[in-house]
Amino acid sequence: MNFDDTPQEAEFRSLARAWIGANAPKQYEEELRKSSLGRTVLKNADILEVAKAWQKKKADAGWACLHWPKEYGGRGSSPIERVIWQQEEGPFGLLSRMFIIGHGMCGPTMMAFAREEHKRSYLPPLASGEKVWCQLFSEPAGGSDVAGLRTRAEKDGDDWVINGQKIWTSGAHYSDYGILLTRTDPTVPKHKGLTMFFLDMKSPGVEVRPIKQASGASDFNEVYFTNVRIPDHQRLGEVGDGWNVSLTTLMNERSAIGAAVSTGFPELFEYCSGLMLDDGPAIEDRAVRSKLANWAVKASGLKYTSMRAISALSKGERPGPENSIGKLVAGSMIQDVATYALDLQGASGVVSGEDAELAGRFQAMLLRAPGTRVEGGTDEIMRNIIAERVLGLPGDIRVDKDVPFNKIPTKGRG
Amino acid sequence: MNFDFSDDQKQLRDQARKFLTEKCSPKAVRIVLDGKASYDKELWKGLAEMGFLGVAIPEEFGGAGAGHLELCVIAEEMGRANAPVPFSSTVYLAAEALLIAGSDAQKKKWLPAIASGEAIGTLALFEGNGNPSPKNVKLTAANGVLNGIKKPVADGVIADFAVVAARTGSSGRDGDISLFLVDLKAGGVQVKSLTNLDPTRGQAEINFKDCKAEPLGAAGDGWSILTQVLDRAAVLCAFEQVGGSDRALEMGRDYALDRIAFGRQIGSFQAVKHMLADMYVSATLARSNSYYGAWALSTNAAELPEAAAAARISATQAFQHCAKNNIQVHGGMGFTWEFDCHMYYRRANAMALGLGSLTYWEDQLIDRMRKKNAA
Ligand SMILES: Cc1cc2nc3c(=O)[nH]c(=O)nc-3n(C[C@H](O)[C@H](O)[C@H](O)COP(=O)(O)OP(=O)(O)OC[C@H]3O[C@@H](n4cnc5c(N)ncnc54)[C@H](O)[C@@H]3O)c2cc1C
Repeated sequence: MNFDDTPQEAEFRSLARAWIGANAPKQYEEELRKSSLGRTVLKNADILEVAKAWQKKKADAGWACLHWPKEYGGRGSSPIERVIWQQEEGPFGLLSRMFIIGHGMCGPTMMAFAREEHKRSYLPPLASGEKVWCQLFSEPAGGSDVAGLRTRAEKDGDDWVINGQKIWTSGAHYSDYGILLTRTDPTVPKHKGLTMFFLDMKSPGVEVRPIKQASGASDFNEVYFTNVRIPDHQRLGEVGDGWNVSLTTLMNERSAIGAAVSTGFPELFEYCSGLMLDDGPAIEDRAVRSKLANWAVKASGLKYTSMRAISALSKGERPGPENSIGKLVAGSMIQDVATYALDLQGASGVVSGEDAELAGRFQAMLLRAPGTRVEGGTDEIMRNIIAERVLGLPGDIRVDKDVPFNKIPTKGRG
Repeated sequence: MNFDFSDDQKQLRDQARKFLTEKCSPKAVRIVLDGKASYDKELWKGLAEMGFLGVAIPEEFGGAGAGHLELCVIAEEMGRANAPVPFSSTVYLAAEALLIAGSDAQKKKWLPAIASGEAIGTLALFEGNGNPSPKNVKLTAANGVLNGIKKPVADGVIADFAVVAARTGSSGRDGDISLFLVDLKAGGVQVKSLTNLDPTRGQAEINFKDCKAEPLGAAGDGWSILTQVLDRAAVLCAFEQVGGSDRALEMGRDYALDRIAFGRQIGSFQAVKHMLADMYVSATLARSNSYYGAWALSTNAAELPEAAAAARISATQAFQHCAKNNIQVHGGMGFTWEFDCHMYYRRANAMALGLGSLTYWEDQLIDRMRKKNAA
């Protein structure tokens, strides 16, 4: 039992460290470190531009999308090398957040299902950040139940004609391409009538409308499709096989194991270490200590759970569904931590933004946290995954499983 | 990175599980639970023969000299089996105290006897309400004799010897406390059995009256030795708690698959699924924290105090959480004496207190984290 690198890992780490040391945009390091929660914004620069520049630099030197094959813009690295890279990249990794969906989900789906010539032309600019991709799955009628979606794709000659609406699409407003899950046959049960495509977000008929989030930011969008034409060669997988294709996409989310999940705990501990309450230092208060200790062991538990997963990767094992616990635990923890930090501030905790304590870090965290518990699968869906795939409990009863889609009663929002 | 047990260690775990499944069935545990024996003597003998009691004791003192990672994997299985033997008192507390502070003669006398199963040891620290603290030690030592009462002392009724914390000064500092070794069979003590939450591991009150004792470690070093012993025991107990958590989760899962209500397996109800998923989450976090504790223990790392406190808190919470929800999953059955659920519930709650309560360990953790951050 040890935390040591193997000789190859150590060699890779020192290469990565040296390159990052010489090339990372250090002028943003402090700001990135401090804005690791809530929302990453740079005061005097457009974060998208900074992110694209860093990604391009990495790509040119062969450090982008490490685990992808070289011919598609990657490095052909092992999963463990990818983890080491993430560890070494540290706060600069936050810059890649706008590419997470493209790199983590769209890219792997293209790799598994696109034609070879498409892979060669679309993947390298995705890897290098020159082109940004988004994932068009969720709809008003289908989020957790994504197979309940209604966006129609109808064949017309060599094209497909798309009509419908997507929602919560992160980054659609600055994306160049997207992967799109549609319904091609409403007369069969819902999982059987889906088909996946990729498309140019600038195609005529695509309209992106930013949604203002609870946090006040606008990172996601509604996307409307009116007679949008997609050539058949941009279909991913067989007609009617979209569900399986989308599962591949979702499975790929899991392999980003090394990315440390934010829990808010280090920030809270640091805050309490310096904070004075009416009766003395917060860190000496019995109740505060008890709260901190409880969160401390959750944070360390997550950290060492991920180290166990990394050790398994290092031995060549594949990440399994048990890795779902990171987001599940961190999501509600960050929310509770933020709530508690504000409670400690008393009435002034209500003030947010630059005027607030620590420039409103905990307030920003509080307002972003609800999204963390929903995006990429809600807490409830995560618990289902653990219960069903790890513990082997029965699947939920699905009353619509064998019913043709157009016979299922549905009710979305609004 | 190789943050995992080795194949050999995993093999040892399988071996221990197989042995305990055979020799320590719930039926066997019940003999002690029902008060028909004070501990499982056959099992204790078997554990000695398997080399499990002395696994972390050096060969020169009659042990297997394997190490603490090996002890951790065995501890997990002891917890999983809910073994009704004085393993934690003897192996984690008494033996560790001897290893840390014993003279050569003391080690030669007691360690081989522990490894062979002939001697049961314990730690006599508590004196009624309160957590580990020098100021809660009132029992005095003077002129080689002890006077005072210890309570509760885990496995005190069956123990052959005890490591006793005593007051030897009045400066009001940690240096007032010294440790002593007492041969409990040599007289000078009155031992009374106490009923307790978990009858599978007994508790006693021991009254020391002019009882002869020999120093363990240097005079005035008692508290610092004790802190080390408690930290080491915290990691080892955490593995027992992790084993217990996993078993409770498994029992709950199996029952959820088996029991039918409203025409369905109760495991298909989401409230039940989610309860079990949450049990899995807490057990997993506890396991990971415990692995870190094991790493620190086995390498004697500077991180041990912090790692031990984290493992302790996490594993205590997980075992309590899993044990109580295992009963909930079982419904009314879970509340019967007949079902095994309460054995784990008892053990979880007794273990939560044995080395000092959660409050104590929370304090320890925060102090240690502060110290690290200041450094
Ligand atoms: C910040 C953010 C970014 C996002 N980015 C994207 C994106 O880029 N692309 C994209 O396609 N989508 C994106 N989403 C959408 C996201 O995947 C969905 O919001 C999510 O899957 C939940 O679906 P929903 O919003 O329809 O909620 P619903 O599915 O309507 O859920 C409502 C409530 O019902 C519960 N529920 C639903 N089904 C079950 C069940 N089977 N068992 C128990 N409880 C259940 C949920 O847990 C939740 O509490 C994003 C969402 C957020 C918040």
